[in-house]
Amino acid sequence: MNFPVDEIRKDFPILDQKVNGRPLVYFDNAATTQKPMAVINRISEYYLKENSNVHRGVHHLSQLATEAYENARESVRKFINAGSKSEIIFTRGTTESINMLATIVESRVNEGDEILVTAMEHHSNFVPWQQLCLRKRANLKIVPISQQGVLDMDFLKKALNPRVKFLAVTHISNVLGTINPVKEIVKLAHEKGIPVVIDGAQGIVHSKVDVQDIDADFYAFSGHKIYGPMGIGVLYGRESWLNSLPPYQFGGEMVEKVGFDMTTFNHLPYKYEAGTPNVAGALGLEAALHYIDNLGMDKIIEHEDYLLKIATKKLSEIEGMKFVGEAPDKTAALSFLVEGIHPYDLGTLLDQMGVAVRTGHHCADPLMDFYGVPGTVRASFGLYNTEEEVSKLVDAAKKAVQMLR
Amino acid sequence: MTIAEKEQEILETFSMFEDWMDKYAYLIELGKELPLIDQQYKTNQYLISGCQSRVWLYADLMDGKVIFTADSDAVITKGIVSLLVKALSGHAPDEILKADLGFLEVIGLKEHLSPTRANGLTSMIKQIQLYAKAYQIKMKQ
Ligand SMILES: Cc1ncc(COP(=O)(O)O)c(C=O)c1O
Repeated sequence: MNFPVDEIRKDFPILDQKVNGRPLVYFDNAATTQKPMAVINRISEYYLKENSNVHRGVHHLSQLATEAYENARESVRKFINAGSKSEIIFTRGTTESINMLATIVESRVNEGDEILVTAMEHHSNFVPWQQLCLRKRANLKIVPISQQGVLDMDFLKKALNPRVKFLAVTHISNVLGTINPVKEIVKLAHEKGIPVVIDGAQGIVHSKVDVQDIDADFYAFSGHKIYGPMGIGVLYGRESWLNSLPPYQFGGEMVEKVGFDMTTFNHLPYKYEAGTPNVAGALGLEAALHYIDNLGMDKIIEHEDYLLKIATKKLSEIEGMKFVGEAPDKTAALSFLVEGIHPYDLGTLLDQMGVAVRTGHHCADPLMDFYGVPGTVRASFGLYNTEEEVSKLVDAAKKAVQMLR
Repeated sequence: MTIAEKEQEILETFSMFEDWMDKYAYLIELGKELPLIDQQYKTNQYLISGCQSRVWLYADLMDGKVIFTADSDAVITKGIVSLLVKALSGHAPDEILKADLGFLEVIGLKEHLSPTRANGLTSMIKQIQLYAKAYQIKMKQ
């Protein structure tokens, strides 16, 4: 491995701290990632030198901020290879992106229609669709998964019928680590004229995303999971779709001309960005995307896959170890349980030993129900994690299991 | 022993451990001493809400004293409930309601637990007090 992880860690000062007297091992990257200095500095710089409202004033600072904000949009476009900047809507995050979508498509869904989601969705790509169906008396259909955590493609093919108005699917599962074949799924759906919404919260972090190649109609992600700041996210939407859908929120910025009797709306992407946007967030996100580009997504993926492989191998030496999610195509998230041991006990002791993992249902109750477990312990890897940290996780897990048995 | 004396005793035991890992090990041991709830009461009715792991708590009145039994599917949680039961079980409702449970602060348990577990602890204490209150009213009648 020639991935310069020791050098990389210097860019993340937060990692260099002790928890309960032991060096922090941060394995909760699927929940949120730490930020490199480049991101932190970019945000400070904006507030130190450029802060101003965008698209409004003609004064110098406002022009500076507007230009920076629009450059950030261009950087996002490039990162996911969207066809046009108009297709990049800045939001608060994945959750807001999907809620926005599930609201603006409302008139396209009628009583008796169907919306397809999968059994491995995060609540944020599940509940908005469920609630839309309840409002419109439409039917939410769930594509099941196998015990391994692989999507049932045969079921999916059969479920794609003319009543289906949207298919919402996650690119990568935050619990199972499963990488879904989104390109193939989109192709199948498009053959039936069904648009596809992809939850890219994890996909953007652990794969090379090309929305044109995937041919996605919508792709949503959060800045904070890809080493950028919290409170910024993206909704990519195909231009023809976004042009044909109504606005989401009303207010400043998103209007063209306002009269007492009527208002005409601004063009894309501003039509969907009512009010003052999170400019510092967009710039921070841009800095994060540049940081990733500089390291190279291929190398990051290779590094994370390696960590996943050794962690899986070493943890499986623990008696009673059971992995939740064993898809052949899997990345960066490792959910597990140890027979006879409650995940909360294991998580508590791991934390005690300085290892930060996530314990619980991971915002995927339907998935926990499917596996019949109260929750899992999840270690999720990021670009700054090391092989040594994996060893610490394994040692800590062994010790905890010994105490809890 | 009064509740205060029991609290003191628990405190002394805890102060023997410097490392929180050892304190957890002790909590796990305490869990093994917990007087277990009768299987018939291990139902949703006796489940304490607000806990991430499942905790069942039952209280009986014997000779004017409240006897607690409990169980949990997580062993650390079981240790925590055992700690409370150890201090409070076998006392009159009045005494239980008057106990200030200051020992929890001194041990630092609340600050040390994750917020969800700390909430669970608060729920357990509330449920114990509810039982004591109910029996206090019953005894007056
Ligand atoms: C797969 C997936 N979808 C959606 C989300 C929600 O993201 P956010 O909370 O940033 O809106 C997450 C985050 O946990 C996720 O992992």
